[in-house]
Amino acid sequence: MPKPYLICRDEELKDGDRRVVSCDGTEVGVFRVDGQLVAWHNECPHRSGPVCQGRLYKRVIEPVDGNGHVRAMAYDENVTNIVCSWHGYEFDLKTGANQGTDKIKLRKVQLELKDGNVYVVV
Amino acid sequence: MNQPVVGVPQMLPAQVIDTSTDSREILRHAKIAARRRKLQDWFVVDVDAHHVETVSWNEVVQYIDDPVIRDQAIYFHRDRIGAPPYGLNGDLGLRYQSVGGRIPHQDGLREKVEDVSVHRDVTLTRRAMDSLGVDNMVVFPTPMLFLGMHPQPEMEVWLSRAYNKWMQEKLLSADSRIKFLALLPFHTPEECERIVTELAGQKGIIGFAIPSTRHSPVHHNKYMRLYRMIEETGMPISFHAGYHWDDPSLKTVNRFLGMHALGFAWPNIVHCTNWILNGIPARFPKLKVIWIESGIAWAPFLMQRLDDQYLMRPSEAPHLKRLPSEYMRDHCWYTTQPMESHNLKALECTLDMIKADTQLLFASDWPHFDFDLPSEITDLPFLSEQSKRNILGLNAARIFNLDPTPVKQL
Repeated sequence: MPKPYLICRDEELKDGDRRVVSCDGTEVGVFRVDGQLVAWHNECPHRSGPVCQGRLYKRVIEPVDGNGHVRAMAYDENVTNIVCSWHGYEFDLKTGANQGTDKIKLRKVQLELKDGNVYVVV
Repeated sequence: MNQPVVGVPQMLPAQVIDTSTDSREILRHAKIAARRRKLQDWFVVDVDAHHVETVSWNEVVQYIDDPVIRDQAIYFHRDRIGAPPYGLNGDLGLRYQSVGGRIPHQDGLREKVEDVSVHRDVTLTRRAMDSLGVDNMVVFPTPMLFLGMHPQPEMEVWLSRAYNKWMQEKLLSADSRIKFLALLPFHTPEECERIVTELAGQKGIIGFAIPSTRHSPVHHNKYMRLYRMIEETGMPISFHAGYHWDDPSLKTVNRFLGMHALGFAWPNIVHCTNWILNGIPARFPKLKVIWIESGIAWAPFLMQRLDDQYLMRPSEAPHLKRLPSEYMRDHCWYTTQPMESHNLKALECTLDMIKADTQLLFASDWPHFDFDLPSEITDLPFLSEQSKRNILGLNAARIFNLDPTPVKQL
């Protein structure tokens, strides 16, 4: 039976903040990214690593000029990746999509916002 | 209608894993995975894990035999500002394994260790064994795996011998679950023979290791007495692979991803080719050789390639009485890591071709960025439970003559 767990007050979670918690054994990461709340299971689809405890990076891109040349890499400021600390798998924090293949995704957790409180339902 | 009961979650101790995080927390999910698979009752040997020996380099150099070199090393570390590890060659800053800090455990395990009764690396190794679900862990150095490219053969001798002694005193004497393949300074065969004589049968030493990143012809006559000696000990010889940016054949590779993918396979592909075509298995049929940390996808490629070419030119390999692939299947052992598993059909074919049931040895490579877990073997859908047990530990028990009784604490 799914059960709500109180994470924190909505205003406590600033942009870039996270709460990685255990809900009676089910581990969940709740993040605020670009103003949006997201929640994922703390289990990397690669090898079950603690993905929600990974560092955040802007996605790396490599711009190509009109001649097909590259000079320097850059960050895409519109995409924040969470990186699983075990093996470096990178996922779009907002969508859960893996950078390398669309066959791998983070597993979503249901979020609820009620009376200014943030809950996850697991 | 009743309101649903609201649960109170517990914050995890590390919100963001970094280099100060306790490795038991980093590997907490590994321990859960091992418990779920009931690995407590399985004998598991990790044939290739690592520590960072240069953290203890001040201690290691005190074991250098040559009193002049030893003193130079001690003064070097005492007086020189920002001293790198004395005498050690390598690739300095060309170490991009952590992908800019994305994989922090690769950069360092700076966790607290309270127990001062044993060397810190003993504690870290115990934590890794009991988190991964491993009974015996074979510990390898890290930067010393570049020693095969050292411009001074005598320094390879001094550092290998010093490290072997340090390992015996600091790690092997402290915990019988920690095992070691003594480093051989392969540029100097007579010194390798001396090490075999001195260390065969010593506590925790279960074989011999050659850092295979080197341009040494493994088939040269100068090594035959060494091979005979190791064959007579009944212990295996092993070649531990590694990349090197100075390898001329890899000069154009600019991304670490490419360097690591090729560099860790290439030296063992070269040495294995020479090993087989020059008939080392035919000349020393009881000599057991292990190819370490090249993954396993290279083996089917080399088997196919050598078989095809050999049948067109058998007069160039007159020692061979069977196909090269048959020697690779019956006389060679392989460690799993980094096990290429994205295509399970290819992996199944690979395991079949190398006769994994008897020849494959589990390795984690912890704490490196591409480490593997025992669950990668237990979860393979096409293997029998007996094959999984063989790969995870029983093959190692046979080749290293280990007691296959599980002793880990899960």
